[in-house]
Parts: sequence; structure tokens; C-alpha cells
Amino acid sequence: MTGKTLFDKIWDAHVVSEIKGGPSVLYIDKHLIHEVTSPQAFAGLEERDLKVFRPQNTVATPDHNVPTIDQHLPIKDELSRFQVSKLAENCKKHGITLYGLNHPYQGIVHVIGPQLGLTQPGMTIVCGDSHTSTHGAFGNVAFGIGTSEVEMVLATQCILQPKPKRMRINVEGELGEGVTAKDVVLYIISKISASGGTGYFIEYAGSAIRSLSMEGRMTVCNMSIESGARGGMIAPDEKTFDYIQGREFAPKGAEFDAAVARWKELYSDDDAVFDKEYTYEASDIEPMITYGTNPGMGTKIVSSVPSLDDIPKSEQSSYSKSLKYMQFEPGEALSGKPVDFVFVGSCTNGRIEDLRAFADFVKGKQKADNITAWIVPGSKQVEKQAKEEGLEEILNAAGFELRQPGCSACLAMNDDKIPEGALAVSTSNRNFEGRQGPGARTMLASPITAAAVAITGRIIDPRELMLSQKELA
Amino acid sequence: MIEKFINLESTAVPLAVENVDTDQIIPARFLKATTRDGFGENLFRDWRYDKSGNPKPDFVLNDPTYYGAILVAGKNFGSGSSREHAAWAVHDYGFKVVVSSFFADIFKNNALNNGVLPVQVSEEFLQKVFEAIEKDPNTKLKVDLPEQTITIVASGTRESFDINPYKKECLLNGYDDIDYLLSMTEKIEAFEKERV
Ligand code: SF4
Repeated sequence: MTGKTLFDKIWDAHVVSEIKGGPSVLYIDKHLIHEVTSPQAFAGLEERDLKVFRPQNTVATPDHNVPTIDQHLPIKDELSRFQVSKLAENCKKHGITLYGLNHPYQGIVHVIGPQLGLTQPGMTIVCGDSHTSTHGAFGNVAFGIGTSEVEMVLATQCILQPKPKRMRINVEGELGEGVTAKDVVLYIISKISASGGTGYFIEYAGSAIRSLSMEGRMTVCNMSIESGARGGMIAPDEKTFDYIQGREFAPKGAEFDAAVARWKELYSDDDAVFDKEYTYEASDIEPMITYGTNPGMGTKIVSSVPSLDDIPKSEQSSYSKSLKYMQFEPGEALSGKPVDFVFVGSCTNGRIEDLRAFADFVKGKQKADNITAWIVPGSKQVEKQAKEEGLEEILNAAGFELRQPGCSACLAMNDDKIPEGALAVSTSNRNFEGRQGPGARTMLASPITAAAVAITGRIIDPRELMLSQKELA
Repeated sequence: MIEKFINLESTAVPLAVENVDTDQIIPARFLKATTRDGFGENLFRDWRYDKSGNPKPDFVLNDPTYYGAILVAGKNFGSGSSREHAAWAVHDYGFKVVVSSFFADIFKNNALNNGVLPVQVSEEFLQKVFEAIEKDPNTKLKVDLPEQTITIVASGTRESFDINPYKKECLLNGYDDIDYLLSMTEKIEAFEKERV
């Protein structure tokens, strides 16, 4: 018998039953909900006169549609206010724990799950949000679902799902200075394309992946969906266990030890077979940035926009459409382009390490005059920590301000919209047309690249500034 | 219950763009509703209307030449966000079938859960469909779910498509997944007991 992949071990342990030739009935351990994709699911329950089957397995927070200033005041936008209050009403009615606006645990759903220790190895986790893949960094099967599926989980704690195929992506070796988890994942997606992962669940492995911090691993798993994959995961190790230990909802004492013993079984067996496997060298990865309108359109910051000849014929018209939207020319250099906005935040790069990296980079420098910067912590806890660690002071001294937690300009549902035509360098995960506001142009990059851009006002490889800093020292 | 789908013969609207992501299908700023209705109005909002809300004449939905209950799109349709609002918008606008050479997984599930049939065809067949519509906007496509085929009626060019047998049954009968899962409650409870 051949061995099992990490994915199979977890998936198979959650199959309640299988429909012949059809999807599996998969049991869900943890269900996270937010204000935007849940109201219609609750309405569906009501129409059928159903209760939430396991309210204790569900946790709610508003994040997508909340303002990031003056959160103590009632939300100005009437529709947003109604949506957020609807979440509170539904949670109250069905006995679901809610971390509402101004609660110390509120934040982007994928930031708070790990932070509170709700996210644990071996679980199945779903949320009506495609970046649920973030949680996979802890060695679990976590994926985004639609609202009908949210309704299924509320009604039965189960979901009907066809089993995806398995892919493994290995990144081997040591990452260079100035190369972050964000660069690793942008590199991977630029290689396998924005649809290369469709139909698969990815396991990330290799020494470069293992060297990443838990937060870095979350950044990588977060963007799995940008390659089309249902989710991404990384086998848990000591780093994982250390991160979880002591968190609010983590097992305690002897229970924790017992859990760790179980979690240690969560790895792909040596002889496990993957449907597809890729291996990359960490030394080939440099600071990355996107130039187009899907996350697969990324390149090294030091290189240029690919010329039309480099693009397969069948894709040329879509490629041209994308560059036209970005107002870029094929073959032109990226470095030196003036930028208007810098957005630091989101479930990809809005955690404390990201704010630390940004603050560390801008410390003692000044924001460029042509830049408007929005620095948005991923959660209330991140915000608190940033203040306690003195990051806010550093940011303020350099001409930046810290906003309040939420998804913010990542999807621009609230007032945080990048204006039409403006060019933004963002640490979020999607550069789709209009994602950050109608007509907004987005380039995705790491927090330190964002910092280098915020200081110089133009596209720049952060290593250029790191070198000059070293020389000064 | 979802709407039953058996077969459909209709003209089609061609959208020859690849990687149509869910932010294009329905931009986030229109996700503030708490019901499932009315999203068709804002389907492809920013491609369809200019800033002042005037229809852009060069966008295919605004071109009266093209009409019908089938949307034909370039490869990797529905990538990005899990928002089911994208499937609701497609459905609410009046499309019952989306034809493409590749669909994003979550969109495919969401479409099926709302009685919209995603028909995945080969790249060659997709090109033939685009060409046929270009030649004659009144050209009809026939989608036969029991047979799992799609046919360009005028030329008889046909291709079969895949669909999960369970999902096919659901569409043919108008069943939805929740009905099925609810019928499993005892098994689910037994599973829970066994795990602790
Ligand atoms: S931060 Fe962006 S990607 Fe993450 S959950 Fe919010 S909207 Fe989605």
C-alpha cells in the first residue's frame, strides 16, 4: 500500500459518507463567518425553519464591510451598517459567538482564527471567503465556500464536496535577504499561473517553506487560491505547536500534550503520491511585484513587463487588455515608476510581523510626498500589539498613520477605495481590475517592498535601500 | 429546491475574455445586500457602465446584436473570490448556462448550487462557438443535460461535457444539497459520537 498525503489523512478522517460517483459528505470542525457572505445563508435556514446544528463550532466577526476609522461611531453607510447589525442579530438568535466591532478580538476572519488558537492542525475549516486557505499553514484542510455551502454547514455541520487532486510544491534552499514569504508565493503563482492550481489542494514543502515563520507560512497558504487551488497547507512542526501553545482557545496542559502527539502524525508519508509536483530553488526567488490584472502576472521588481513575444498567441489579447488597464507598455521597466498609494494590510500581510517589517524599514525615514499610505492592522489584537511595541510611534514619526482593523482597501467595500487611475502598491492578494476601487491600478508586493515604495515614491527593489543602509552603518 | 434544468436551446452572448474574475462579475461594493435578489442589475458593472452609470456601447451586454440565456466566456471563468453573489448575478441576469474552456472551482460549485449549468468545453470547441456567433449572432446552441452534450445547432458540431453524476441528478430534479444533507442528520450525529 502506498502512503498517504497530509491532505488525504485529514480529508479521509472527516468523511461521514460518500455518494457513489459524487461528492463526499465532509464534516467541518470549524466554521468562520462574516457579515457579507452569511446573511442569505441565515435567511435560507429561516425559510426552512432550521436551527444552527452546532453553533459552538461557528465563530463570527465583521471585517469586510467595516470602516477603518472612527469604529466607535455608528457605521455611516446605511447598507453596511445594516449588514453588520444583521450578523449580530443572526449570531444572537442562533447562539453563535460574535466578536463584533470594538471587541478586542475583532478582525479579519483569517487573522483572528490563528491568533485566538481556533485554528489547529488536523481540522477541517471553512468560511464563506476564498482566503480561508490561510489556515492551512497550521496543517489543516481549510477552504473557501459559497453562501449555499455556508447554509449547509450551519444546517448540518457538513458540506458536500468533490475531493480535489493533490499537488505538492517544494521550495528548497535558503531565501536571500529582502526575500519574503510574499515573494515566494508571488513567484510560485507567476510560475504555475492564476489557474494552474485549479482542481488541486496544494501542500507546500521543502526547506525554504519550513524556514518561514508561522505568519510567513500563512502568507503563502493565503494566496493558494490565487493559483486557482482550493487550498494550501503545510505540515505542522515545532514552530506550529509553539505558536498555538497558550492561545485563548488552544488546548491546555495535558490536553495540549495529547494534541501535539496527534498533530505529530500529520505529514505526508515518504511514499505518498501527488497528482502533480513542482520544485523550485529558493535562490531563484527575488523580490516580486505584479504588473497585470491577475496575481499570476508577477515578475522580479528588477525586470520589465514581458514583451508580447513572450506571451503565447492565444493569450495575447487578454494580455494586452490587462496592460492597457494598467497603463503599462510591454517590455517597459517597472523600477522607477511613480506610485500614488501604498496599502499595507489584509489577511495576506496585515499581521504583526508585517507591520514590524514595514515599521523597521521606514524607521528614521520619511514618507514620500506623492504617496498616500493606508496601514491597516489585520485585527484589534494586531493593532494593540503594534501600539504596545511602539510601532505606531515609529510610523507616525515617519509620516504614516495606523488605521483600525478590517479588510479595507483589499476589496474596497468600505470607504477605503483607491481612486480611479491611481497606482497602488499593495500587500494584499488581488490585483484584479477595480478590486481596490473602480479604475484603481494595483501592484502586489511584500510589506518591505511596500515600505521601500512608500519612502521613495516609486517602484524600487527594497534591497537597494537595504544595501545603502548597510553601507551607512 | 433549485430550478430544474433538463435542456436548453438558445442564442448566446459571447464574452471573449480570459480570466474573468468574480470582482468583474460583481464588484465588491455591490455585496452589501442581505438578500439574493437583484444582483443581475450590476452583473459586469464596471465593464457595462461608465462612472456616471451610462451603458458602455462597446460592451457585449449592451449590444442588442447579442442575446440569449447562454454566456460564452474565455478560459478560467469565475476565478478569485468565493462570493456566491457572482453566480446570483449571472442567474438573475437570465443566464442559465455558462460555456467556457475552464472554470474556477468555487464558481462552478456556486453556479451548480443555483441552477446555473457550467459547461466546460475544449479550447477548440470554444473557438468554434465564438466563430459561429461572430458569423451569425442568431446562431443557437443546444445544451442537453441528460446526454451531456452541447451542439452548435446550425453546423451540428457537438461536444460532450463532464458533470458529476450527483450534481446532474440534482439539476435534473431540482434537488439541492441541503435537502440531501438534512436527510443524513443521524449519520452525522453518529459520526460525531464516534470521533470523541
Ligand atoms: S483581507 Fe481581503 S482577501 Fe482577506 S478576507 Fe478580507 S477581503 Fe478577503
